[in-house]
Amino acid sequence: MTETEPVAFPQDRTCPYHPPTGYDALRADRPLSRITLFDGRPAWLVTGHGTARALLADPRLSTDRTRDGFPAPTARFAAVRNRRTALLGVDDPEHRVQRRMMVPAFTLRRATELRPRIQEIVDERIDAMIAQGPPAELVSAFALPVPSTVICALLGVPYTDHDFFEGQSRRLLRGPTADDVMDARDQLEAYFDELIDRKQKQPEPGDGVLDELVHRQLRDGEVNREELIALAIILLVAGHETTANMISLGTFTLLQHPDRLAELRTDPALIPNAVEELMRMLSIADGLLRMALEDIEVAGTTIRAGEGVLFSTSVVNRDEDVYTDPDTLDWHRSARHHIAFGFGIHQCLGQNLARAELEIALHTLFERLPTLRLAAPAEEIPFKPGDTIQGMLELPVTW
Amino acid sequence: MHMDIDDIDIDKDVCIGAGQCALAAPGVFTQDDDGFSTLLPGREDGGGDPRVREAARACPVGAITVSETMS
Repeated sequence: MTETEPVAFPQDRTCPYHPPTGYDALRADRPLSRITLFDGRPAWLVTGHGTARALLADPRLSTDRTRDGFPAPTARFAAVRNRRTALLGVDDPEHRVQRRMMVPAFTLRRATELRPRIQEIVDERIDAMIAQGPPAELVSAFALPVPSTVICALLGVPYTDHDFFEGQSRRLLRGPTADDVMDARDQLEAYFDELIDRKQKQPEPGDGVLDELVHRQLRDGEVNREELIALAIILLVAGHETTANMISLGTFTLLQHPDRLAELRTDPALIPNAVEELMRMLSIADGLLRMALEDIEVAGTTIRAGEGVLFSTSVVNRDEDVYTDPDTLDWHRSARHHIAFGFGIHQCLGQNLARAELEIALHTLFERLPTLRLAAPAEEIPFKPGDTIQGMLELPVTW
Repeated sequence: MHMDIDDIDIDKDVCIGAGQCALAAPGVFTQDDDGFSTLLPGREDGGGDPRVREAARACPVGAITVSETMS
């Protein structure tokens, strides 16, 4: 680490599938840099792969955002910091109880069992696109409805409510004002409160994860209602927004790399590796948040108790010491060990489901629409600002 | 000279059920009904699968310990 001006974090990407050029100084300064957050507060940014893995697994770093001084990357995050966030917002031992309750529904085996249903959902969306005829806006026609339908089926949330919860999730993650974010959170809480009521009144539980939680853990007092609502919100929001962004940005990236796309068409066995490599390259959740609870010696520096520690997944996942030629898409490299799903106890609960959805969605999309191409110049297609999960705002396509 | 695996230990108190071991070395690891990592029957020594070390490295919480001897 060298003594340089702190870099502002987060920043907007210049190209939607590369880290912001404003992070170049950070890439030259691994594994740890000083950054300045939106409110002028300083924090640490972890940028080296080994250091990131070590620190993300370190119990001296807390993810409990209700703690005084927890770093806020945006004003909207600061506004809802004190609202209960399940899983991602709690430390062990509370986290462990929540995670253990959720794990059986998200195993690799469960994800594998869901593959035929995911394939049907993907095919239905492509059928509808074909019936409608080109052009199409791929975010609303495909990238969002596919994971939204999958997570609804898994959780036991009626898909007919998708306009409501997709809209509220969008406000929660990208609302223009703090009030907007608070209101979105209130509305989602009220929605699940009512849905839980309805499920409690059903004589026979449905087959969703929430049905199971309502008819067992809530009834038996293993989880209280407030906690269950918080769990439902994070599962629903994380379950559709992130995957939707990976589908839209993954499709855009493939269309911008015709040679790599041709390679996948020739050899579909490369698809699982390709999904892993896209996860690494795109690093859509670029800014994991922690706060040090104790002084931590790392990379010749001391992170002091109370300081904010953020992780740039996009920079970590392009560490030249781990990935040769890291800015190039390569289906033959071992992209494993990227931290796009995080690392440590909070590593993404839904990662096995996400992999299954991405493999099926991308494979089927390019197989069934072999002439798929952008319907607007690439540089004119809008993508999300740097202060939220990365992805395309719109993706006009034709075939 | 190479390293032989004699034992694979899974700390179930630490395991978070991420399933990364089962993904990396599906011939050796699986997840039980509660979602926790477990060894497939007869694969307690890894069955010579070179991906066992990869599975241990993929574990986000370091729950897998692979004991090796030189031969």
